[in-house]
Amino acid sequence: MSDDVAGNGAQGATGTDAVKAGLARMLKGGVIMDVVDAGQAKIAEDSGACAVMALERIPAEIRKAGGVARMSDPEMIMGIQEAVTIPVMAKCRIGHYVEAQVLQALEIDYIDESEVLTPADEASHVDKRAFTVPFVCGATNLGEALRRVAEGAAMIRTKGEAGTGNVVEAVRHMKTITQDIRRVASATPDERFAIAKEMAAPLELIEWVGLHGRLPVVNFSAGGIATPADAALMMHLGAEGVFVGSGIFMSEDPPARARAIVEATTHWDDPEVVARVSRGLREAMPGIEIGELGEGGLLQTRGW
Amino acid sequence: MSAADARRPRIGVLAVQGAVSEHEAALADVGARTSRVRSAVDLEALDGIVIPGGESTTFGLVAGESGLLDALRARVDRGLPVLGTCAGMIMLASGIEGGGPQPLVGGMDIVVRRNAFGRQVHSFEAPVDVPALGDPPVRGIFIRAPWIERVGPGVEVLAEHGGHPVAARDATRIVAAFHPELTDDRRLHRLFVEEVRERSAGTEHEEDTVVGAQ
Repeated sequence: MSDDVAGNGAQGATGTDAVKAGLARMLKGGVIMDVVDAGQAKIAEDSGACAVMALERIPAEIRKAGGVARMSDPEMIMGIQEAVTIPVMAKCRIGHYVEAQVLQALEIDYIDESEVLTPADEASHVDKRAFTVPFVCGATNLGEALRRVAEGAAMIRTKGEAGTGNVVEAVRHMKTITQDIRRVASATPDERFAIAKEMAAPLELIEWVGLHGRLPVVNFSAGGIATPADAALMMHLGAEGVFVGSGIFMSEDPPARARAIVEATTHWDDPEVVARVSRGLREAMPGIEIGELGEGGLLQTRGW
Repeated sequence: MSAADARRPRIGVLAVQGAVSEHEAALADVGARTSRVRSAVDLEALDGIVIPGGESTTFGLVAGESGLLDALRARVDRGLPVLGTCAGMIMLASGIEGGGPQPLVGGMDIVVRRNAFGRQVHSFEAPVDVPALGDPPVRGIFIRAPWIERVGPGVEVLAEHGGHPVAARDATRIVAAFHPELTDDRRLHRLFVEEVRERSAGTEHEEDTVVGAQ
């Protein structure tokens, strides 16, 4: 980006719904990769990632380290912004709107208000309508997704269970959202009042989903994707793209695996391509059985 | 091609990554049949192609390795009509500024600056006057958008914004830095499909026509 034109916001109306949700549309069919430094960001870009998520530690490391996980150091985020031309995302804690303001001041391209970090507010998520920068938020079902959209989220992702290399939770969340949408679409208008109450989602958004048969914003999958076949599976289930967190840089051969997951996401409905790119990738990240985590070890139950 | 088919030309949408379904909906609205292009074989029997918005580095890499990029370049160079929006405009440019070298389709005599309007917080919408589309102005949605730095003699500028060309065309290519596919305005898609129809009516295959040297 050329500095002499950056900041030229007087070109038109910034931060409109169309502009915020529009960037998510441009990311569709792509892979967004977690990276912790400029070197990893470059590997991700050179592997065909459509965006990177800058964070200090990938979720599997956050799990191991324990303690409070916060927004990343701006210095590290800026280093990644300098290294690549693709969009750079970063995470703020749930409800921590000052972290979000800091990320907007850094001109991050998308903010992930993420359950992977330790929540900062037990009652409220960030009022995302107040920001120029768009937000992506996690969801486990339709009601949660629509609550986030009502708060101004311009993109949704399934939560899955980050840092496990186990895709089962992402599958559950994607199927739940799809089933919820089918239920709303087949409901009569009067039944939708009851569904809005049951799902704790705004009636207007329930009605919108009933009319269109989909979420009002782009829906990606995240949390536990570790192989090209995992990515293709999520696309089969209706994801419009995938986030891969620990799955790439916790594996034995990150550039090859990153490249393979990108190919599998583009060619998700061609098993021959998925088979070809899956060959010889060496070890995937070590996986964790969800039952081993216990209630307290789950990240997906953060946020509401 | 039969006369009936010529009225409903087959337009491919490059579907490596990006806003594919939005272009499919727009093309269907103006009477085209659409198909997704992920491999070189998908280029067969197309009357035109759209390169959508998305990440141009992803397009170049994924399409480059499979041979799709070379096949697409060959078809476009031989005169297959093409519409490119945002990343699609970058892919069709003969030169890029504001980023390292990257695989392109190329062939259009324009130099494009990537992310010229800035990062996402500077993305914007604004009315854009496009005389070739008549009144009213187009609702221009610019997302981390490029602009055109320089145009060659065979290129007509269709629109400017903030003093920079943001839409252009030559004999077979139409490019825009903004995203008409994100709006309900179908005029640019109609213009493109009309040109595909005229071309299809005039000749069996684009290979038979002489296209100006690049």
